[in-house]
Amino acid sequence: MKLIQVIIRPEKLDDVKNALSKIGVSGLNITEVEGRGRQKGMLQQWRGETYTLDFIPKIKIEMAVNDEDVDKVTESILKSAWTGNIGDGKIFILPVEEVIRVRTGERGREAI
Amino acid sequence: MDTKIILDTIWVLVTAMLVFFMNLGFAMVEAGFQQAKNCVNILSKNFIVFAISTLAFWILGWGLMFGDGNPLFGTKGLFFLSGQDNSPAIGNAYQGVYSAISWTGVPLLAKFFFQLVFAGTAATIVSGSVGGRIKYLSFILFSFVLVGLIYPVVGHWIWGGGWLQKLGMFDFAGSTVVHSVGGWAALAGAIFLGPRFGKYCKDGSINPIPGHNLSLATIGTFVLWLGWFGFNPGSTMAADFGAISRICVTTNSAAAAAIVSATVFSWILLGKPDLGMTLNGCLAGLVAITAPCAFVSVASSLIIGSIAGILVVLAVIGFDKVKVDDPVGATAVHLINGVFGTLCVGLFAQDSIMPGTTGNGLFFGGGLKLLSAQLIGVISVGIFVFLSASLIWIILKETIGIRVSLEEEINGLDLGEHGNVAYPDFVIRKSLITF
Repeated sequence: MKLIQVIIRPEKLDDVKNALSKIGVSGLNITEVEGRGRQKGMLQQWRGETYTLDFIPKIKIEMAVNDEDVDKVTESILKSAWTGNIGDGKIFILPVEEVIRVRTGERGREAI
Repeated sequence: MDTKIILDTIWVLVTAMLVFFMNLGFAMVEAGFQQAKNCVNILSKNFIVFAISTLAFWILGWGLMFGDGNPLFGTKGLFFLSGQDNSPAIGNAYQGVYSAISWTGVPLLAKFFFQLVFAGTAATIVSGSVGGRIKYLSFILFSFVLVGLIYPVVGHWIWGGGWLQKLGMFDFAGSTVVHSVGGWAALAGAIFLGPRFGKYCKDGSINPIPGHNLSLATIGTFVLWLGWFGFNPGSTMAADFGAISRICVTTNSAAAAAIVSATVFSWILLGKPDLGMTLNGCLAGLVAITAPCAFVSVASSLIIGSIAGILVVLAVIGFDKVKVDDPVGATAVHLINGVFGTLCVGLFAQDSIMPGTTGNGLFFGGGLKLLSAQLIGVISVGIFVFLSASLIWIILKETIGIRVSLEEEINGLDLGEHGNVAYPDFVIRKSLITF
């Protein structure tokens, strides 16, 4: 089992969410984060002085998937989150030791 | 039934209500230009200051300003508006101790109410420059003294039959009496308080502390613009249909010209049209036209406004350069353009516009006579207000203190001074851009 963690633009959340639903991934959670990769900060000004906001607001999505579904999920994310501009995001794939459903106690594949 | 008295009284009262409404304008501009963590404190200052002004002006301010007395201050009918008076009688028919204002044929309480809202305006100007670090109590006490003593003395010199009026200085609606008095007091306050934490770095760089709500600031500026249509035309204190029409147009023209010049100038200077500069530009134009509004042509008012818009942008940047931290630009708007507007009377006045008053200014063949009177006025008022305001700030500083603790300043004055939060459902400090 793997945990797929993806950073995307906030404006792309709907597209990614819908694409994942279509391929059967409905369980996921999101966090509002701020970050920076190659994208430089936003230049702002106030009454004669400029300042830079170095960290850009992004959305981080996390979802647990079975090993055999990793490729199809990442394909779907790459297609739906893409705009072609710097700042489109990154996908991280982490190994997961165990997944347990709180309501029933199911473990492993049944819990995903 | 004297129709003129009725019409004049309605005019004076309605314009006074518009000027009263400017308190909302100042509250919104100041709140919008400053951080959310201080919002309750700013609103509180702007709200309570008119109540303080009402009391101070009734107790003593009116009497010092308009009571018969000596060239410096009134001595008759000083307290509680109780001097002998038979308003609305005017001229030779007037019998009372407030002769300096006996030229307007309205009841005494109408005169009082009108002059009160002007005094209140001067007090609320100070609130802006001291925002974000002043103790609430110190501000309240300072305001009481400003409206009870300092403002009325200056008012007496220029409108109350005092020495500057006798010298031939003209300030129609108060570029000096109201705006520069507020401006000098605001400057003294900002200096004695010191800048906000983190504003100026040791290496000389300046940290912008962005305002939390430019929507509020814009609401405030529109309200002030509207209120100025009471401030300037109302100062005829008579329903003189020609004058009030002309003054509405000169007032508006100066605002419009200043908005454009401030926007264009800051656009070129800073790269993008900063809304804060545009809003300040509007107010600068209005302050600058306040003294000359009745005495100059519409064309002149456009020129005056254009210059004011440029002056305010330079002044905002300039005050930051000399490390006078004024979060809302009160000094740049009211002090610099209060002085400029007063001098403009000496430059642009035309005898033909209001015959028998100012005479011609420098640009219309009148020579330097009017301009020198204006200059003497500007300098003497500046010295008097800056020194007396400084004295009060020093006394307050040495007794109860004027600045909150650093910890309180960082957590926000809303919590420290009031125990309230302006926006309890929202995060009020976002770590990325606020101090």
